[in-house]
Amino acid sequence: MKTTSNTYTIIYSVVLVVIVAFLLAFVYTALKPMQDANVALDKKKQILNSLNMRNLPSDQAEQTYNQIIQKQEVGNKVYYKCKVKGKTVFVFPLKGMGLWGGISGFLAVDGYDMKTVYGVYFNHESETAGLGAEIKDNQKWQEKFIGKKIFNDGSSDIALGVKKVVKNPVSEVDAVTGATLTSNGVDAMLKDCLKAYNLPTIRTLANN
Amino acid sequence: MALFSKQNKEIFCNPLNLDNPIMVQVLGICSSLAVTSLLKPAIVMGLAVTIITAFSNVIIAAIRNTIPNRIRIIVQLVVVAALVTIVSQILKAVAYDVSVQLSVYVGLIITNCILMGRLEAFAMTNKPWPSFLDGVGNGLGYALILVIVGALREFVGRGSLLGFQLIPQSAYDAGYMNNGMMTMSAMALILLGCVIWVHRAYFYKEK
Repeated sequence: MKTTSNTYTIIYSVVLVVIVAFLLAFVYTALKPMQDANVALDKKKQILNSLNMRNLPSDQAEQTYNQIIQKQEVGNKVYYKCKVKGKTVFVFPLKGMGLWGGISGFLAVDGYDMKTVYGVYFNHESETAGLGAEIKDNQKWQEKFIGKKIFNDGSSDIALGVKKVVKNPVSEVDAVTGATLTSNGVDAMLKDCLKAYNLPTIRTLANN
Repeated sequence: MALFSKQNKEIFCNPLNLDNPIMVQVLGICSSLAVTSLLKPAIVMGLAVTIITAFSNVIIAAIRNTIPNRIRIIVQLVVVAALVTIVSQILKAVAYDVSVQLSVYVGLIITNCILMGRLEAFAMTNKPWPSFLDGVGNGLGYALILVIVGALREFVGRGSLLGFQLIPQSAYDAGYMNNGMMTMSAMALILLGCVIWVHRAYFYKEK
């Protein structure tokens, strides 16, 4: 059969596409359970990262997570109550938009005053490596958040944020160099997500 | 034909220098600008492209005689995309950490001009084994330039290599400043130009 004929071309492309589709579907279904387990474990590790317990091996991470972290809900919103070194720390999941795709993160807040940041971890889907991806890869940058105040005195507006020019060093963190738009995304994510949680109420709930 | 005949050695070694995909064929420029602001992503991307180029070359070379000429580009694209997707799915199940690091590059790998360029120029007319060598050679040639540019940019732009601080704090205290320009992709293009310039001046002879 001539490989230049129309019939051959059409049959060839159909067969090729069917083979590839089956192959992909097979790989996807066969590996799904393993992938889901990995994703769940990774989420636990991210929460532990936000509590400044970074780079734990998988089995240890699972164990620590079960020991110290409790999942709780308030009006459909999930948060995590954690006991760390005798302190109560609350972890809030964050979700927002970066430059190329979604960004997410976990913010740990000291349960004592419910406004001091205990630790933070950010993740992203497709930010540029070396620029926007630094929000996840650069541990030093994440550590800059520790000790920042979410609220300023006498105000209930979220003050915690990421700014190119820091005017309020108590609550603001320097943006990542060369990644202004991703940094703006982090800033918006912090403001939007924290506003959705009523932090003082959660604190009262926890103390009762 | 012996596995490592003189001809096969040339197929493997030429892309490293005289027929380098970036410096001579001028392929894969976009991705080499995007991922070279740090050394680590440059290495990861280089290795990923090497592996994918080698295996897609083998597959295309194996089925080259059956591919209808009019839709050959589409067939190549389907093979590359399927291969990349399968590899990334397997990594996601077995080595999750690696897959998270690579996820950003998957799209960049599929659209990398080097892949399509080598499939079209080499694998379509050669047997699987030489095609494999050609893929590995071109991938490594690409990785080589990425590493050179990535190392320069990270060192000058941030004073570190692979995340380790090399320029001591005392130098900063004494007034040394990182060159922030280096972290921008525009500088990568200029650096790449310099690399090509040095290569043409000292290593490359016009035929």
